[in-house]
Amino acid sequence: MNRLKTTAPITWCPGCGNFEIQNSLEAVLEDLQKEGVPFKKIILVGGIGNHAKIVDYFHINSFSALHGRAIPAAEAIKLADPDTKVICFVGDGDTYAEGLEHLIFAAKRNVDITVVVHNNRTYALATGQFTPTSQKSFKGSTMPYGAKEDPFNPLELMLVSGATYIARGYPVRSQHFRKLLKEAIVHKGFSIIDVLQVCVTYNNLYTIYNKNLEEIEVSDPASFDEALKVIRSWNYDTGERPIAIGKFFEADRPSYEENYSRFKAEKGDRNKMMKDALDRLF
Amino acid sequence: MQHVSVLVGGETGYGVSDAGVMICRLFCRLGYRIYMYNDYPSSVRGGHQFVIVRASTEKVAGHSDQVDVVLAFNQDTLDVHKIRFHNHTVIIYDSEKVRIDGISQPSYGLPLGKILEEEGGKPVLGISCMMGGLCKALNIDWNIFEAMMQKHQTETVKKSLKIAHKGFEMAQTVDSLEVIQQPLLPVLSGNQAITLGLLKAGLQAYVAYPMTPTSPIAELLASLEPDIGIHVVLPESEIAVMMMALGYSYMGVKSAIGTSGGGFSLMVEGLSLAGQAELPVVVVLGQRAGPATGMPTYTAQTDLNFVLHAGHGEFPRFIIAPGDAEEACYWAGVALNKAWKYQIPAFILADKTLCLGLFSFDLSLTAELKEEPPVLWDGQGEYKRYQYTEDGISPLAFPPVEAQVVKTNSYVHDENGITSEDPADARAVADKRFLKEKNLAAELKDFETVKVYNQGKTALLCWGSNKGVCIEIAKKYGLKVIQMLVLSPFPEQALTQALQGIEKIISVECNGKGQLVTLVKQHGFKVDDQILKYDGRPFSLEDLENDVKKVIG
Repeated sequence: MNRLKTTAPITWCPGCGNFEIQNSLEAVLEDLQKEGVPFKKIILVGGIGNHAKIVDYFHINSFSALHGRAIPAAEAIKLADPDTKVICFVGDGDTYAEGLEHLIFAAKRNVDITVVVHNNRTYALATGQFTPTSQKSFKGSTMPYGAKEDPFNPLELMLVSGATYIARGYPVRSQHFRKLLKEAIVHKGFSIIDVLQVCVTYNNLYTIYNKNLEEIEVSDPASFDEALKVIRSWNYDTGERPIAIGKFFEADRPSYEENYSRFKAEKGDRNKMMKDALDRLF
Repeated sequence: MQHVSVLVGGETGYGVSDAGVMICRLFCRLGYRIYMYNDYPSSVRGGHQFVIVRASTEKVAGHSDQVDVVLAFNQDTLDVHKIRFHNHTVIIYDSEKVRIDGISQPSYGLPLGKILEEEGGKPVLGISCMMGGLCKALNIDWNIFEAMMQKHQTETVKKSLKIAHKGFEMAQTVDSLEVIQQPLLPVLSGNQAITLGLLKAGLQAYVAYPMTPTSPIAELLASLEPDIGIHVVLPESEIAVMMMALGYSYMGVKSAIGTSGGGFSLMVEGLSLAGQAELPVVVVLGQRAGPATGMPTYTAQTDLNFVLHAGHGEFPRFIIAPGDAEEACYWAGVALNKAWKYQIPAFILADKTLCLGLFSFDLSLTAELKEEPPVLWDGQGEYKRYQYTEDGISPLAFPPVEAQVVKTNSYVHDENGITSEDPADARAVADKRFLKEKNLAAELKDFETVKVYNQGKTALLCWGSNKGVCIEIAKKYGLKVIQMLVLSPFPEQALTQALQGIEKIISVECNGKGQLVTLVKQHGFKVDDQILKYDGRPFSLEDLENDVKKVIG
């Protein structure tokens, strides 16, 4: 048995895009371990949805949180021990809908965590409703005649919110995806990968993706304008046009916990503290 | 004289609170025990604010409607509060802003604008001038006043004292506030007392979103960041606040969060996670008048039911309701210790009256407070986060742990923290939670979960900030006071004991539904009469006395 596996039975559908995310994570963690990041320093944080089951499948520290609420827990974990690698696995319903505020603020703070969004563009575990990134034609169970709203472009939002590593990946192209995943984890600061993970049961986009995906390399990863242009080149529709995958943006900006640890979280002498405080308030 | 009640009134934002704090400190330096009630509207500028400072030789924790001295910065102070004056109330007023037509009490006008202009003082120093007048009126030793000012107004003290002396010269002595020979005490708000208790018990992180009346806790801790290295985090919402606290708990960092009812509404989702995942968290909940925005700066005891039942699913919680600064400090520490020992949420259920009221703080009245280490893993064998044990408490380990993993889970889980939907696991984790509650209740039998004051066959049953007024009125009418300090787990045995020999029980609460009564009735106790107040204001001594007289006949 693989040393990173647990006894938890895997309950994803055959052909689910999550399998390749799982395989990639395993490969990247093994890689990192060889490069000096021990498994014990890795902490996986999950939202709620099919994606979140991934934390159960790894014999690695994990915090299975609530739908939409993985990110604030992950931020505090990182603040508590800046020496850890904190990786959040979240869904598109999970983080682009219910937990959007946390995603934006984590990017704003540039806290050094990695957010992997399993963006299958449907609520799969909740059985096929439409999400913020469902294509307009999507006939979800809650919009049986086709989605009434246009999707929004979460990576555009991430760019203006202050994320310092932004990528889109397709786990089927596993070598490319693994490279991005590793880069994101190693990146110092807030990193996000929007993963085009296919839900075979409710929103099977394999054909569209396989046909239209295009691996791109930006000429200057630190260029906001170039990133914006690439990000805007596809708006989560299903038209016949290239869908860019790759690293769109990477910038060097001090991370939250670097600024934050101005003061060390040491307990100090609390008896003296009490005496001083009471003296001050006399 | 050996007791005095002083009202300071003025426009919001012009230092009425500061004046109140200074008066409290001054009286404390004369050996008195003080209490200050702070009444202010939800506006930064422009409304009418007043404080009432009461000084007594004995411990006090309630205000009186009868005031002996009035410091009036605006006309409202006279017009609105006239009803509180008696024949000998001394009025010191800003003669440029306040007309005293029809006032027969001794009055001294101070032309604050003119005095400040002459001395080149900022408007806020008008307080000092009034303080000078107060010192003269009550024949307070100038040296004591000066020492207090030297300590707390270091930058402007010279000018302040000069301006104060002008006020001193313009007023006349009407009575002498005697110096009392007893230990001098510091002045703390309920919020400050809670903060010190949490720190003493080992608090390492505080997470909050701004909300009256608990924001001063975040402010105080933020100011202490460099001294004690505490983390103070102010995230995007109360939802994030709760989740961050749980992230800290997972890593072994002792955290607390502060809010009021509206903010707590957003935390409820995460509270349920704390219950399922067995993550300790301490919530300081300062109740204020709701529902919804209600009256943001006014008090209430309307969230007891909410806190007792908040969160979907069934899980234990520790709820304490301190009644004054000493209890706030001590029980805040106990809350942190027990939250970590039993890996459960704990609540310090306070209210605006307690949080923002000022008290003389006597550390000697509280039991010794220490940080208690939680139950930690011994490092033997394989680590199981949710290991089944005899007492329901699974030993804690925090990442990173060599060759082990720590898995916490919002789902029903097995001992290793892996998701499970097995009926046996579902029952086992629920039983584990119930067992912890039972053991916490058993441990609490060694604590004063229900406090009793005075003797009598009729009892006033109260919780939280009503303690102070209840004790004073009970003494006057020969009643017993029964104060419920712990509300969950319900201290059945301690309440039974407190009720020995009682023939009539009268509850006193700042809500309209009698929430404590509902709770005690659920546990088989009866209550004969209820005194309820739900206008956003705490009971004054006179309010409670009138109501008590009606029910005891």
